[in-house]
Amino acid sequence: MEYFFEIFFDGLTRGSIYALIALGYTMVYGIIQLINFAHGEIYMIGAFTALIVSGVLGALGLPGYAILLMTLPVAVIYASAYGYTIEKIAYKPLRNAPRLSPLISAIGMSIFLQNYVLLAQTPDFLPFPSLLPPLDVVDRFHGVLSSSEVIIVVTAALVMAGLTAFIKFTRMGKAMRATAQSPRMAMLVGINVDQVISLTFIIGSALAAVGGVLIASHVGQINFYIGFLAGIKAFTAAVLGGIGSIPGAMLGGLVLGWTESFATGYVSSDYEDVFAFALLVLILIFRPAGILGKPAIQKV
Amino acid sequence: MRDLKHSAITAAWFMFLTLPIMVIHVNTIEKTIAWRWENMAYVGAGAFVLSYVWRFLMRRRDGGGFRSLSPGAAGRGRLLRAAIEDRRISYPAAAAFAALVIAFPFLFSLYQVNIMISALIYVMLGLGLNIVVGLAGLLDLGFVAFYAIGAYAYALLNLHFGLGFWVVLPMAACLGAFAGILLGFPVLRLRGDYLAIVTLGFGEIIRLVLENWGTFTQGPSGISNIPRPGFFGMEFGLRGSIVFMYYVVIALVLLTIVVVSRLKYSRVGRAWMALREDEIACQAMGIDKTKTKLMAFSLGATWAAMAGVVFAAKTSFINPASFTFLESAMILSIVVLGGMGSTVGVILGAFILILLPEYLRAFAEYRMIVFGAVMVLFMVFRPQGLIRDRRLRRKFRPTELRGDADGDSGGATDKAAGMKAAGAHG
Repeated sequence: MEYFFEIFFDGLTRGSIYALIALGYTMVYGIIQLINFAHGEIYMIGAFTALIVSGVLGALGLPGYAILLMTLPVAVIYASAYGYTIEKIAYKPLRNAPRLSPLISAIGMSIFLQNYVLLAQTPDFLPFPSLLPPLDVVDRFHGVLSSSEVIIVVTAALVMAGLTAFIKFTRMGKAMRATAQSPRMAMLVGINVDQVISLTFIIGSALAAVGGVLIASHVGQINFYIGFLAGIKAFTAAVLGGIGSIPGAMLGGLVLGWTESFATGYVSSDYEDVFAFALLVLILIFRPAGILGKPAIQKV
Repeated sequence: MRDLKHSAITAAWFMFLTLPIMVIHVNTIEKTIAWRWENMAYVGAGAFVLSYVWRFLMRRRDGGGFRSLSPGAAGRGRLLRAAIEDRRISYPAAAAFAALVIAFPFLFSLYQVNIMISALIYVMLGLGLNIVVGLAGLLDLGFVAFYAIGAYAYALLNLHFGLGFWVVLPMAACLGAFAGILLGFPVLRLRGDYLAIVTLGFGEIIRLVLENWGTFTQGPSGISNIPRPGFFGMEFGLRGSIVFMYYVVIALVLLTIVVVSRLKYSRVGRAWMALREDEIACQAMGIDKTKTKLMAFSLGATWAAMAGVVFAAKTSFINPASFTFLESAMILSIVVLGGMGSTVGVILGAFILILLPEYLRAFAEYRMIVFGAVMVLFMVFRPQGLIRDRRLRRKFRPTELRGDADGDSGGATDKAAGMKAAGAHG
């Protein structure tokens, strides 16, 4: 039973990270129907920025909690800046191009960013400092649950609740929902669609950076390639829940996290990634709209 | 003045953006920090200049200067076209080119021949993917899976049953087609971008299975001692076998070119292009969407599998590391750079992308970053690639026109050309 709960919480942790990244995919897809392939790289850049900033602050001799409090905002700001810039360079000029063009451009951007980090930093795995403080309350359940897992799940839940509130109750959130329904109509009622799209990229990137810093701190190492796999898996989560749907992305993340944990815990750990991809293929075959998505009707 | 301000802001923005990753380098083991401020200066200067280039290209793209440049370009194109159509020029040129291709292994060193074989394998892969992406408009990001299937088919069949190259080649082609259908059947109902992700997932699954199923595939250590093709029992030395390999690849590439260019203007080929342009209209015209897509998918896979066999025979050693997503991305960038749909373009793209990094060894580590940038820039500024795919057109002669319509034949012919294939190359 203890083993079951260990796996359960492991899945929950993974799932919340996937959900955080998946939100970026789903929000962007909801508004401009583009799979932002470079989103995984944003997550990686968030984690790398955090590593560098915490390294500099650590060398200055600051205490642990101060490092965490300063690292996270800097990583989030940088990831958002990258997300914003990428949109301006690689996607905005292709707003009216055939659907394949922005997708290929996104793949190019993803390759570019990976190699940018590889060349500017290092191709090797780097140890990531454990920024998350230990919690005494949790450490009693040692072996089943770790304090970093609790922090990740709680942070992810708070961030997602904040996002939901933002989209539901603020003016800008309303503008985002309107743009997702129909960009042209939104433009007609006076919404600055370009601004909304930029904001979507910024929010999505910020969430990915939070996820990146949390998971890197939990796992303890990063390299330039982590974004690729995390990106595909988060995309799987987004599709699983129904792409374009925000609660769907959260649910999809959790389902994927548990699937992976239980499959690796009880079946085989060699095929960890295969389970995620197989789940994606199965979902697309049997329920392409996802768990919470509505089937899209293509109109002429 | 506004331009100057704009560029200065851009430069400052990029200097800010690249500050942590380009400038600071933390050594996590010794806990030391290297500050590389010179990088910031490079980034600033580069961004300043590039923002001017970007704006210039953007203005050209969005009309304005573009039109004033085009007559000259068209004139050059016409001159080249006239040269190609004139048999007095084109026949000797083709003969000289063919002679060069045949004599290549005797003129250049073994090293050059080996590189050429690699490039030709990528030509095959590019032309195969061109059917899927360029003609049918299905973005396949797991193309390398079929390449791996072909390579492993040869390696394993040879290892366990001692089957030779010539036996396995058609078998692998069938296997590739079968795998294409198997994967394509469930996913081709999906919209384009989903297809991209599923194929990507499939490619990774294949690689992971190859890596982890050690008893069957020998895992990450790979399979070695794969024999090169023989010729009716004849044995070659090292040099001889590579030279023979070269001719085999040349023959296969020629076969590919012939088949692909015949397919392109066939009934199926026209259906592919119509499907690429508009699925709904295409279905309304009575084209079976699933069947047509499946055909593109499995034909592409066939070529990838054959290229895989050739690759296994050429390197005589394969392991799962040769079949990563980067390989798929590379083949995709060959097609995108060369010009989606255009056979000549894809061949040119393969040679540029494979040969340039070989000869510019110093820049080899910058290869992938350049690929990424090129993919973005081509999509933004030249989506048609290096060589624009030319559609077959019906040529209206004055006599025909008189009986046909009163006015608008000019603009409409271009669009209709995909459906009606009659007349000569446009």
